[in-house]
Amino acid sequence: MGSKEDLYLLEKALEKITDKARELGLDFYDIYFEICPAEIIYTFGAYGMPTRFSHWIFGKAYHKMKTEYDYNLSRIYELVINSNPCYAFLLDGNSLIQNKLVMAHVLAHCDFFKNNIYFKNTFRNMVESMAAAADRFRSYEFKYGREKVESFIDAAIAIQEHVEPRPLNKNKKNDAEKVNAGKPDTPYSDLWALDEKDQDGGSTGNKAKMFPPEPEKDVMLFIIQNSKELEDWQRDIMSVIRQEMLYFWPQMETKIMNEGWATYWHLRIMREIDLDESEAIEFAKMHSGIIQPSRRRINPYNLGLNIFEDIERRWDNPGREEKEKYGRPGGEGKQKIFEVRATENDISFLRNYLTRELVEKLDLYLYKKVGFEWKIVEKNWEKVRDGLVSNLTNCGYPYIVVQDGDFNKRGELYLKHNYEGTELDVFYVEKTLPHVYTLWGRPVHLETVLNNKAVLFSYNGEKAEKKYL
Amino acid sequence: MSGTCLIISREDWSLHRKGEIDRQRHQEKVREAIKKNLADIVSEESIILHDGRKVIKVPIRSLEEFHFRFDAGRQKHGGQGDGKSKQGDVIYSEPQQGKGRGAGDEPGVDYYEADITVDELAEMIFEDLGLPNLEQKKKPEIASESVEFRDIRKKGITGNIDRRRTIKEVIKRNAMKGKPGLYGITPEDLRFKTWDLTYKYESNAVVLAMMDTSGSMGPFEKYIARSFFFWMVRFLRTKYNNVQIVFLAHHTEARETSEEEFFTKGASGGTRCSSVYKLALEVIKKRYSPQDYNIYAFHFSDGDNLASDNENCVKLINELLKVCNMVGYGEIEGPYYYASTLRNVYKRINDPKFTVVIIRDKSGVYPALKKFFAQIPDRQAN
Repeated sequence: MGSKEDLYLLEKALEKITDKARELGLDFYDIYFEICPAEIIYTFGAYGMPTRFSHWIFGKAYHKMKTEYDYNLSRIYELVINSNPCYAFLLDGNSLIQNKLVMAHVLAHCDFFKNNIYFKNTFRNMVESMAAAADRFRSYEFKYGREKVESFIDAAIAIQEHVEPRPLNKNKKNDAEKVNAGKPDTPYSDLWALDEKDQDGGSTGNKAKMFPPEPEKDVMLFIIQNSKELEDWQRDIMSVIRQEMLYFWPQMETKIMNEGWATYWHLRIMREIDLDESEAIEFAKMHSGIIQPSRRRINPYNLGLNIFEDIERRWDNPGREEKEKYGRPGGEGKQKIFEVRATENDISFLRNYLTRELVEKLDLYLYKKVGFEWKIVEKNWEKVRDGLVSNLTNCGYPYIVVQDGDFNKRGELYLKHNYEGTELDVFYVEKTLPHVYTLWGRPVHLETVLNNKAVLFSYNGEKAEKKYL
Repeated sequence: MSGTCLIISREDWSLHRKGEIDRQRHQEKVREAIKKNLADIVSEESIILHDGRKVIKVPIRSLEEFHFRFDAGRQKHGGQGDGKSKQGDVIYSEPQQGKGRGAGDEPGVDYYEADITVDELAEMIFEDLGLPNLEQKKKPEIASESVEFRDIRKKGITGNIDRRRTIKEVIKRNAMKGKPGLYGITPEDLRFKTWDLTYKYESNAVVLAMMDTSGSMGPFEKYIARSFFFWMVRFLRTKYNNVQIVFLAHHTEARETSEEEFFTKGASGGTRCSSVYKLALEVIKKRYSPQDYNIYAFHFSDGDNLASDNENCVKLINELLKVCNMVGYGEIEGPYYYASTLRNVYKRINDPKFTVVIIRDKSGVYPALKKFFAQIPDRQAN
């Protein structure tokens, strides 16, 4: 795709695809498509966003993507950024037909971003916001030294998954909630809470028996607000990383749906626009590459696509039981999938629509390590479904809360893992606690369960300890 | 197009280098990690026996991003079969050598093979090493060119402006006019640094590499000795333009060998270490006058010497110490430990220029290098 004519052809194709998509009911933001070389695509892939701050972990991801690309192990065809307008990046070197598929796929992603409920509070200016943060980080490097900033980012990133994407429990005695009442819900809401904290810092008196009053899932926020160790620039770094995590969170919790939705639509749209024979073959090849199942992991494109198609089929032609029991008249397939795309996330999507027939048809299973072998241990459809759902809980991260911010009455931080049957990686726990210590500045503890016994890991700045409770 | 704005564009991305820059930073950090593990890497067989390839792969666990995570080995994972899977099917099995903690506890452990050139590795290893007691000897054979900024002129390249001197000129000129201060820079005030081509004289040095190749030196002992000499040779050639290396191998008799032979040929028979010291002294006498050369002698052996020869060895080592800047003796303690006769008699030698190291396993090679080629602190400073 080099010349002007190519670009012209691409624009023509885009026009056609867009018209078709809209005719079929998709509803998307404006989109800027950029054609860029592979390095740029995998840069964006590694960073999640072109404008994000610099750090070696992105360099590592970049290296991995580049290597896989160079050795032809994987190929990213596209990348879409959830913003308004959406940005989409097309790989320079894609053939016209590849780009057609990608554009159809992208339109569906944008439709999903715009209409799925979990993206409702997405901060749409994230591209600019990340760029500004990257600039500030760079200025901190000048001021405090690269190593210092880098190792602080290391520490902040170590706990970045421990945020609360949407505080639901309104009854919580959460200062932030109260202050926020009546104020617009913006990414800076938590700043109001900071003010509030300062104001009643002295007067909390006996009410603050427990600190925090109830276990706090947003470990990041709790540390930002309560660590006595942090300097302003460090608080800023933590806030940025937390904000970016909150931005990516809806994407992580709708991965299967979103990819399934995009796959469903590129298939549908491509079928409806005219392809000549060689194009049809190339398209079929590419599509089958995308939905290639894997024995070791769930391919979200494949699973998502199958569920959406199944929903459409079942609501179009309900079986007798569905007709009688649920009163489905039939012919509602399309309406239903649009409703699903608007209201579900991966967890509810699988729980509600992954049927026995699908589990069996797709040959899904759970496997586990047994000795030196990884073996299939579960084929029962409900258990498979529940297993997949449980792996998606909290986006696959352990659920950890701040239990006590003044443990031992010495300002120590007591974290607790809500154990639900899967043990933590002990080596990683021991390596992560020092990072938490860096952020908190006082001894830190993590309670979890090993071999059905409660165990407490501690780190006091010098040595690590593990004791059964 | 109805309502929605869709734009396709192509920009110039050639200046976008963020990914590359962060990648370099990651690699830098990997290098740091390698550095911490040098002792293990130094005696990696793939390096010592590398077939002249420039780039070698050092297996190193990828830099990890620590966070709280589940133990993948205890978790159930989802997968998709080809339609015929059943309970108990093996998805894959992992290689059964236990390599460190938890490796293989998760699907696809992230091992990072750092690509590194032997030269880069050498540079890391040699960073703190140098020839000890190096002296300026009389007759420099080769001098290398070097550029030095040590002249200031009124004309020059803008990039070479000497700001301090220029400002001084301005202040001086203004002061002479009776209005001191820094203002009004004129072209005459400008001063430029200019370089001179100078010759940097280096000291000549010769290193005598002496190795025991007798029958008692098993594969392990030979491997260790060769690892040491491999790095020593590289080190000398990297850091010094002007170093000669003489290879001497011995069992009951000693002879000078080519470098290739030294590193590849085995031998057998008894051991008489004095033979190689005698040969070394002859070589020095004939070819390397101590007046002109810094002389270093290193001998590696398993210490299993003819008992009757030991006294002779002490005597000859003392001879060598008279003409050498340093004499090093490395003893490789094989799996069958015994009280070495040679090491024991060497305890009597009390000369700061004489250094003994004992190597027990592969990771001892690096410390041996460090001990032999330790820079003396005040020397390092200049």
